[in-house]
Amino acid sequence: MSESSEKNVKAKVHITLKNGVLDPQGKAVEHALHGLGFGGVGGVRQGKYIEVDLPQQSDKAKAKSQVEDMCKALLANTVIENYSVEVVD
Amino acid sequence: MKAAVIVFPGSNCDRDIALALEQSIGKPTTMLWHQDTNVPDVDLIVVPGGFSYGDYLRCGAMAAHSPIMREVKRRADKGTRVLGICNGFQIITEAGLLPGVLMRNKDLKYVCKDVLVKVEDSQSAFTAKYKVGDVLRIPIGHAEGNYFADEATLKELEDQGRVAFRYCTPTGEITDAANPNGSQHNIAGVFNKARTVLGMMPHPERLADKHLGGTDGRAMFDALVETLA
Repeated sequence: MSESSEKNVKAKVHITLKNGVLDPQGKAVEHALHGLGFGGVGGVRQGKYIEVDLPQQSDKAKAKSQVEDMCKALLANTVIENYSVEVVD
Repeated sequence: MKAAVIVFPGSNCDRDIALALEQSIGKPTTMLWHQDTNVPDVDLIVVPGGFSYGDYLRCGAMAAHSPIMREVKRRADKGTRVLGICNGFQIITEAGLLPGVLMRNKDLKYVCKDVLVKVEDSQSAFTAKYKVGDVLRIPIGHAEGNYFADEATLKELEDQGRVAFRYCTPTGEITDAANPNGSQHNIAGVFNKARTVLGMMPHPERLADKHLGGTDGRAMFDALVETLA
C-alpha cells in the first residue's frame, strides 16, 4: 500500500458560529450587501476555513478523528463555535 | 505578598501591572516568559493585557496553550490567586479557568475610554477593599470584550454571585447605554467558583496612581496585599 501512504491527506475545516450567537461581522456584511443592491440577501453568517495537511496520515478516518481533536483543543471554541471536518486526498 | 506577571509575545500591559503591584507590595514582582515551565512560589499570578500572539485564531487562544499556562492552571487549581486583565481575561477563559468567551464588540469597534463599573461582590481577595454598589472609573481598551456564555452558565454565574463588575451609569444603574461592548448582563468581570480567579476587561492598573488621573484601581492591589500578605 505504498501508493496510498504517499497521498497527501488534507483536512478542510469549517468553523461557524453556533445558532443564537450574535455575529456582528456577518450583520455588517449583510447590510453592505443590501446597500449594494443585493436585496435578496436574507442573512449572512461569517466563519473560518482552515486547511490542515497531514502528510504522514493515509487513513482518512483516523485523519478525521485527529483533526476533530484539534478542533476541540484549539481550532474552535466550542462555547460559541461549531466545526465540521472533511478529509480529502 | 509575592506576585508574578506572565509575559507573552505581544503582551503590552505587563510593565504597567508590575508597577501597580510594586506600588502596593513595596517590592518588585517576578516577570515570567511564556515558555517558562516553572512558576516560583507566589501568592498571585497576573495574566496581563496586550495582543498575545497577535490575536491569531481567536484572542487568547494561542497563549492559553503556551507552556507556562499549564503551570498557571495547576497553581490556580491549588488556590493561587490568578488575575486576568483584558487580553489576560481572554487567555484565562480560553484556558478554561473561567467560563464564557470574549467576542468581538457588538459595534465591531475598538473602544478605548474610561468606563464606569459597579462592584457586585466584595468577598474576594481582589475586591475586599471595595463595597458592593461602589461605582469605579476604570479604563478599557479592547475590540473583543463582549462577554458571552450560554443561558445555563449565565444563570449559574448570577445564582452564585460570581459577577465581579458590571458596566453601569454614574448612579450605578445597569443599562444598555452604559454597556460599551454588548456584554451579556453588562458583565465586565467574573470569578471562578472559589473566587480565587478573576477575569476582567477594564484595566485597574491604568488608574492606580493619582498622576495617571485616578486611583480607583489601586484598591484592588492593596486588597490583594492585605489579604494575601
